[in-house]
Amino acid sequence: MRIAIVGCGAVGSLFAANLAQLDDVEVWAFDASRPHVDAINAHGLRLSGAGDVVGRVRATADAAELPACDFGIVATKAMHTGAAIAATAHAFAGGCVATVQNGLGNEETIAAHVERVIRGTTFPAGKIVEPGHVQWDVKGDTTLGPYGDTPYEEVERLAEACTRAGMPTAAVQDARGPQWRKVIFNASTNPIGALTGLTHGRVCERPDLRALVSGLVDEGKAVAAAQGIVLDADPEALIDHAAKPEVAYDHKASMLQDVEARRPTEIDYLNGGIVRFGREHGVPTPLNDAIWALVKGVEDSWQQ
Amino acid sequence: MAATLNRVCVAGAGTIGSLLAAHLARVADVCVLTRREEHAAALERDGLRVSGRAEFTARVRASDDPADLAADLVILACKGSDLDALAARLHGHFAGATVMTVQNGLGAEATVGAHGPWPLLSAVTFMSGTRHGDTHVEYILDTATWIGPYRDTTPADARAVADLIESAGLKAEAFDDLRPAQWSKLIFNATVNAVAALTGLPHDAHFAEGRLGALVHALVDEGKAAAHAAGVVLGEDPWEMNVLATRRGHAHRPSMLEDVQAHRPTEIESITGALVREAEQYGVPVPLHTALYRLVKAKEASYS
Repeated sequence: MRIAIVGCGAVGSLFAANLAQLDDVEVWAFDASRPHVDAINAHGLRLSGAGDVVGRVRATADAAELPACDFGIVATKAMHTGAAIAATAHAFAGGCVATVQNGLGNEETIAAHVERVIRGTTFPAGKIVEPGHVQWDVKGDTTLGPYGDTPYEEVERLAEACTRAGMPTAAVQDARGPQWRKVIFNASTNPIGALTGLTHGRVCERPDLRALVSGLVDEGKAVAAAQGIVLDADPEALIDHAAKPEVAYDHKASMLQDVEARRPTEIDYLNGGIVRFGREHGVPTPLNDAIWALVKGVEDSWQQ
Repeated sequence: MAATLNRVCVAGAGTIGSLLAAHLARVADVCVLTRREEHAAALERDGLRVSGRAEFTARVRASDDPADLAADLVILACKGSDLDALAARLHGHFAGATVMTVQNGLGAEATVGAHGPWPLLSAVTFMSGTRHGDTHVEYILDTATWIGPYRDTTPADARAVADLIESAGLKAEAFDDLRPAQWSKLIFNATVNAVAALTGLPHDAHFAEGRLGALVHALVDEGKAAAHAAGVVLGEDPWEMNVLATRRGHAHRPSMLEDVQAHRPTEIESITGALVREAEQYGVPVPLHTALYRLVKAKEASYS
């Protein structure tokens, strides 16, 4: 089986290095960072932290070099999905492409370029510490499900390989539940951290701010419910769990890190996605709309 | 009110206080009540320089002790968050003088009235400038100061003060009832200041168009509903004020934006906080202003 990781940042690297441990899987990685690609090809892709592995991965910054693959796993930031899949789609003409990205709309974007798409949500996290080396911060589960007419057996094949590689992955018929739980979690907490500068724990311990978070969660839940999506668990439980001192009290949301580094955020695919789906299904989302506008304003302020 | 307005004391020499004191010194005996002794010493030594729309240096008396100063009119020009402490310092002084507040938000007059029996005028000011030091202020926007009677004063008293300010080269207008103007400015400020503080944007075209413009419009609508419930027929339309202000060519940086960037306490309590509390009192839901209020409070908490 040949699998190509599209976007080999922290999360992509976790899949790439672990899948490369399997004898029956050949792993390719497409990434825009030339130093990262060169380091992977020279020394292998190294993970340390929650697990220590080195994976033999064929990395390239040139999409034309990708051979035909059975599976793709897209792990770019959501705003790069369109460009990344347009460049690599040739490799997946006979395969399936899974997204394990944050946010809403990635499946639709990928489906514009390849025929068979798998919806996915993943919880493991890490960060690139140097080219070719990723720190694995948190282990976690992944859920995959067919998008459109993708055969379920294909979803099961990829899930089985990931699980065997040490990335526990479940195949389900409808993967929207976990996806929306994570999107609602991210959309209700990340931008609050980004706008206020507070860590996740400090956001949650201010009762008035925690109430604002719940207001955002409630809108997201209503939009999910209007589409017939059954959340696999309550996002509120995830939010409270993450606020514990031993979990992620001191964690700066990735969006806060983006804002501090003046990098574009994923707000369009989080709150923007909730607003868009809400509009399609006639569910008002005034708070998500407001938060979306404010974070876009933050991004615009960097152009001043 | 005193029959003549020969002696004016400006208490609080920030941007607005400095602009008023320097200009009024052309037509009246002006003294400045400062918080810091060295500020008073610098003003007595160097005078108060105005640049920008006008270029001159005014001679003023100054002291950090109200017992040294006498006046027919006292203008309290500190920030809303400092007003209670400043008014407490005036207790037992300036007998016979009329006291005028120019703070943003609502409730400044009542705060001051609790500290002494002075006749009170209320005012809101739209002029703006930048303070370049203890003895130098740049005059930027020559928009008006609006004045109305509040306690033991008459419309004629408001007109007399407006005339005095006009004769000093600033713009002023007297109203029989200031509440419509005050509410217009409250809604304008609650909206523009909080959005600027959260996004980092100066008050530019983003506030009048697109996604952020839609949020600003929705915030103004919430404010209008609250004003309506409070029985106030607004003066200027805050949305029109917003659109006009973004078209001046010069993008103003609202004070709340300056405050959060310098990690100073903001006026959020006396502006958005006042609006939210008024709305609550009249049972008008203002979820967007409530969200912004919580976010700015949390941003202040992030300083430490």
